[in-house]
Amino acid sequence: MTTPLPTPTPAHVGESPWRLLWRRFLRHRMAVAGAGVLAMFALAALSAPLVEAQLGGAGMSVDLLSRFQPPSAAHPLGTDELGRDILVRLLYGGRVSLFVGLTAAVAAACFGTVVGLLAGYHGGRFDAFLMRFTDGVIALPLLPLLIVLAAIDLNKLGVPAGVVASEHVSLYRIVAIVALVGWTTVARLVRGTALSLRERPFVRAAEAQGATAFRIMSVHILPNLASPIIVATTLSVGHVILLESVLSFLGLGIQPPIASWGNLLTNAQDFILDRPLLGFYPGFLIFVTVIAFNFLGDGLQDALDPRAIERRR
Amino acid sequence: MAQFLIHRLWPSLLVLGLMSFVAYSLIGLMPGDPVDLMITADPKITSEDAARLRQLYGLDKPIVERYGNWLMAALNGDFGYSRLFAKPVMEALKPALANTVLLLGLSFALALAIALPAGIIAATRPYSKLDYAVNAFAFAGISVPSFWLGLMLIVVFAVLLGVLPAGGTGELGKGGVWENLKYLVLPVATLTIASVGGHARYMRAAMIETLRQDYIRTARAIGAGETRVVLHHALRNALIPVVTIIALDFGNLFSGALITETIFSWPGMGRLIYDSVMGNDFNLALVALLLATLLTLVGNFLADVAYVALDPRISFREVER
Repeated sequence: MTTPLPTPTPAHVGESPWRLLWRRFLRHRMAVAGAGVLAMFALAALSAPLVEAQLGGAGMSVDLLSRFQPPSAAHPLGTDELGRDILVRLLYGGRVSLFVGLTAAVAAACFGTVVGLLAGYHGGRFDAFLMRFTDGVIALPLLPLLIVLAAIDLNKLGVPAGVVASEHVSLYRIVAIVALVGWTTVARLVRGTALSLRERPFVRAAEAQGATAFRIMSVHILPNLASPIIVATTLSVGHVILLESVLSFLGLGIQPPIASWGNLLTNAQDFILDRPLLGFYPGFLIFVTVIAFNFLGDGLQDALDPRAIERRR
Repeated sequence: MAQFLIHRLWPSLLVLGLMSFVAYSLIGLMPGDPVDLMITADPKITSEDAARLRQLYGLDKPIVERYGNWLMAALNGDFGYSRLFAKPVMEALKPALANTVLLLGLSFALALAIALPAGIIAATRPYSKLDYAVNAFAFAGISVPSFWLGLMLIVVFAVLLGVLPAGGTGELGKGGVWENLKYLVLPVATLTIASVGGHARYMRAAMIETLRQDYIRTARAIGAGETRVVLHHALRNALIPVVTIIALDFGNLFSGALITETIFSWPGMGRLIYDSVMGNDFNLALVALLLATLLTLVGNFLADVAYVALDPRISFREVER
């Protein structure tokens, strides 16, 4: 009854979509370089405790007798104004910046996908309302608003005092804030594609068979949206890292003693006249990371679909 | 035209109205309240006094009622007093607004003057060395953290070379033109570099798309020169999407102003918002935030008008429907 299908050979099927994708991606040299740099940074950030142990385990501790040490074997990039090892602080800062960038971008993309799917699939007044709302959020001056959001007293919001006092609260707060304002790009992108997909025969067929709206959205429409969402999310990671660093720089993001590339610059600003290098490193790392994410997103866009996605911020 | 204005203006007013409520609530969620500040200033205030004062100022009432009271006063032109400046909010805002408009206007004009030609030139020679150079510069501009760029510019031009001031505005009206202008150079440069990359990329993409159209081939076929094809036939159509995207960027422009003004001690709106939020100046923070929103909305609105003016296929009448 069930005759086994003949095993497809490369000669039969040609190139698999994944291989094609990979080959198109490799053609984008800057994107490959970006991916390489990011992999290196991620590895370096993950190995921060190892580096710290290698350097005698005292990288993060304050040592006022050895402030502003020049680079040496014990401190490859020297020490900062409190005698802490600059390299170790940069690596720990990278962990935080990359973590915030990735989680906030993914959270914002999820929220944006839900809003966009609902608006695009249901259409009509519901769509008009959601898109008006999205337009309204886009029209807002982002950073001034973020500053007010970051200054909110969590106690007044009814968050338990124990949570507010914990060290990591500034980390999750910034992820939440960025996700709260960063979903609009994905929402518009998803909505536009969903609007055109719902008229396609395969969606009509599913509807005729009585599939629920949830099933159609999740099984039939969402997989077709994967590439624009992936591209938009990659591009927004860079944007999020910039936002995090500027908020931390202004003293409203990640709070010391947790290091992030943004708040490392706040400290460095006070010594910028005498020790410009202290301020150079963190900003340069932000710059390289963000540009790597942007090149990666650009390359993915070309590889996944050369024409379907407009580049929006 | 009048109908277009009405049709286009009411959503903006709605956004502004909603924003005023959201901003009011958010600022209510900031640490402390005006009475707390009085207590810090005068330790003799007892808790009964504090309760009495809260009642007097209506701080014990629900947020919606407080917002209603604020809105009524605001609509009558009373925005309250600024704590930091010790004068009415509007008087504190006016000079800051003028400073920001000067800074943003200059860098906006400069960014367009660089980005549009760069994008067009890159688009007419796609995948040439020049195109790659424009692209690389654009990517760098998009990706550079502007506060860091500002700091590095200070290090190079104010500290190492000593040719430009690190911040401030100087004394207006004293000295020559350069004495006044030199305070603008670094902030304007920072803001321009941050926005020129994005604009150039959009211009390039839109121009490449337009140059693929059939009517461009026709124009070439009837013998129009390349310059005429690009500037006369293609440019106007290519500008349409660019205008929309640049308009959506007005909000970003304000974010940039906040950063640059803080770095270069430029007394503008962005710095004012930051200082007022940090200094618990509730009245000032609220109005400054709303004014920034209003300016962004006005920018978006002007772009809509430009959009219709650029595209003869869309009339003011059609947009109304």
